[in-house]
Amino acid sequence: MMKDKRIYSVLVENRSGVLCKVAGLFSRRSFNIDSLAVGETDDNVVSCMTIVSSGDERTLEQIEKQLNKKLDVIKVKTYEEKQCVTRELMLMKVKYNKNNRREIMEICEVMNAQIVDMSIHYMMIQICDTPERIRLLLNMFQSISIVEVARTGTLALAKCMENDEG
Amino acid sequence: MNGADAIIKCLEAEDVRVVFGYPGVAICPFYNSILESPIRTVLIRTEQNAAHAASGLARMTGRPGVCAVTSGPGATNVITGVATAFADSIPLIVITGQVNSELIGSDVFQEADITGAVESFVKYSYLVKDANDIPRVFKEAFHIANTGRKGPVLIDVPIDIQNATVSRFKYPEEVNLRTYKPTVKGHAVQIKKVLGELKKAKRPIICAGGGVLLSEAEGELRAFSEKYRIPVVSTMMGIGVMPTRHPMYFGMVGNNGKPYANRAMNESDLLIMVGARVADRAVSQPDLITQGKVLVHIDVDPAEIGKNAGPTIPLVGDAKHIFRDFAKEELEVDYRDWISTLERYREEMRPRRSPRPEYVDPAAFITLLSGKMDEDAVYVADVGQNQIWSCGYAEVKKGRFLTSGGMGTMGYSIPAAMGAKLACPDRQVVAVCGDGSFQMSMMELATYRQHHIQAKIIVLKNNYLGMVREFQHYNYKDHYSVVDLSGSPDLEKLSEAYGFAFLRLSDMERAEEMIDRFLKSEESVLMECLIDPMDLVK
Repeated sequence: MMKDKRIYSVLVENRSGVLCKVAGLFSRRSFNIDSLAVGETDDNVVSCMTIVSSGDERTLEQIEKQLNKKLDVIKVKTYEEKQCVTRELMLMKVKYNKNNRREIMEICEVMNAQIVDMSIHYMMIQICDTPERIRLLLNMFQSISIVEVARTGTLALAKCMENDEG
Repeated sequence: MNGADAIIKCLEAEDVRVVFGYPGVAICPFYNSILESPIRTVLIRTEQNAAHAASGLARMTGRPGVCAVTSGPGATNVITGVATAFADSIPLIVITGQVNSELIGSDVFQEADITGAVESFVKYSYLVKDANDIPRVFKEAFHIANTGRKGPVLIDVPIDIQNATVSRFKYPEEVNLRTYKPTVKGHAVQIKKVLGELKKAKRPIICAGGGVLLSEAEGELRAFSEKYRIPVVSTMMGIGVMPTRHPMYFGMVGNNGKPYANRAMNESDLLIMVGARVADRAVSQPDLITQGKVLVHIDVDPAEIGKNAGPTIPLVGDAKHIFRDFAKEELEVDYRDWISTLERYREEMRPRRSPRPEYVDPAAFITLLSGKMDEDAVYVADVGQNQIWSCGYAEVKKGRFLTSGGMGTMGYSIPAAMGAKLACPDRQVVAVCGDGSFQMSMMELATYRQHHIQAKIIVLKNNYLGMVREFQHYNYKDHYSVVDLSGSPDLEKLSEAYGFAFLRLSDMERAEEMIDRFLKSEESVLMECLIDPMDLVK
């Protein structure tokens, strides 16, 4: 069956236990979570969960309907990837040496990634970009020894339109 | 006023008459306050049955049933009852005591994360953190439980909150929930489309589920069916939507349903599913019911539409409103040929049974029993072979048929019948169970006795877990495993021990006389029917 990707931007009441309820819904109904990012919005009683999921058309529709059924969910906005601007933040610690230091810095420059911390043997790289470009950067570092990686998961907002009401 | 008093005030404001439950330390403030209230308390013998009894009551009153249990094991025991209600969309308010707020999370005595544990079996749950929130929480809970797609709501109240002073008590007039606004009225365009399809259809059929009863739309549906002569079939939860002998009613669908009902549904060119989930027992191949026909799916829960089968016309809303809207337009239709075809099927495809005369034939017995029951009687079927026979042969006139459909929880009938009887003391309520399901709830005989609630219980006894035995017969070549109920108690002695009258029926010869005695009995009565251990529902 064809698997499509969807981005759900879910506004929820900023209460304890809500993340658990939403995540529980996905596991209980065997829906995939490809990534999940949560944070407060400009209104501190509202949080925004950005959930990336994949599945067939019926599953993707069920996800939206089941999310809407949850009483702590205020609004669900469903997007295809191309409809929105997506960003993800990644921090990556790598071990470097004299031979590859130059190469690492060049890759960072090309990929618009920054070196945000450093010691004699290690450096930390930060990149904020689309999930696709983050994957690309990870590929570029495959020959270099990656020590640790932390990623936020995808954040997304619909592209700006005239008469945009959010 | 403390938190517990406030809870009782809320229940009174919601016109709650009965609370089923089981006390423990963490719910003691509640049970202390309720002594000052006219609300009746029923001490159930195990917490699961508190939820079942509340379910029976809710289904008869149309209002949420209430149960109150203690923390820890009290709360975890109630879960099966809550899940049973959730599966059948029965509104319940489940109050659980909880350990002191400050101790939550430290695994103290009788602490259980009940809101976490029931998350997938409740419509919503609350953990009350401030006693002043109690009026709002209860107002919301009753609203949530009994609107939209109904279901259980659990309210977990730590003992210190029950004891805390409530500075101001005002029961809210309205709820203000920005995230919860169920769609009740059907979309006019969709309604037009459905009526348009009815005009085109040659072989329409309505398949009614439990949602029709929950929205109390039986009258509207029946009138619509009668006016245009549209045949109706039902799911298990929809039994009672039409009187069993109504000329437009063609039985229960599904793998345990009537063959002619399934055939009618399969051969229709317009299938209107209303308040039904298209779940596996009713529709074993959901894809098939969309083939070669127009499928209209009416449900108050948008997530049910398209979950198991993709409808041609989705229609979100409450059945009562939708059938009222349907009735606003006059249709020129004639389905006489289709009806006569279905009447022929009903005649030709009657199940043929060959019962052994040395036993009670459950089919004949249930036909006779239900035929003799009052017009408005409540028939409560348990789970197992007894349920399938009840669904197949019980005649519902103007009464109700209650059972656990979605979850199939054994032991449901005895506590649910208790709740039904308390809701309608003047109506005849009969619980029909097997000897397996009986033993799952037989401790409640004491509850009936203690609270002077009249019980009428039929036990179809075959010394087997018959439904599983039948499954093992078909699927494991009679390789019976753990289905023999030897060691069961002597029901005559048991009845005597609980102060029940007892009747035993060992063959059909004296069935009529015994049923009359059973139904006329003023005292609580248990009737044992000895049925063929090898009998099959199919």
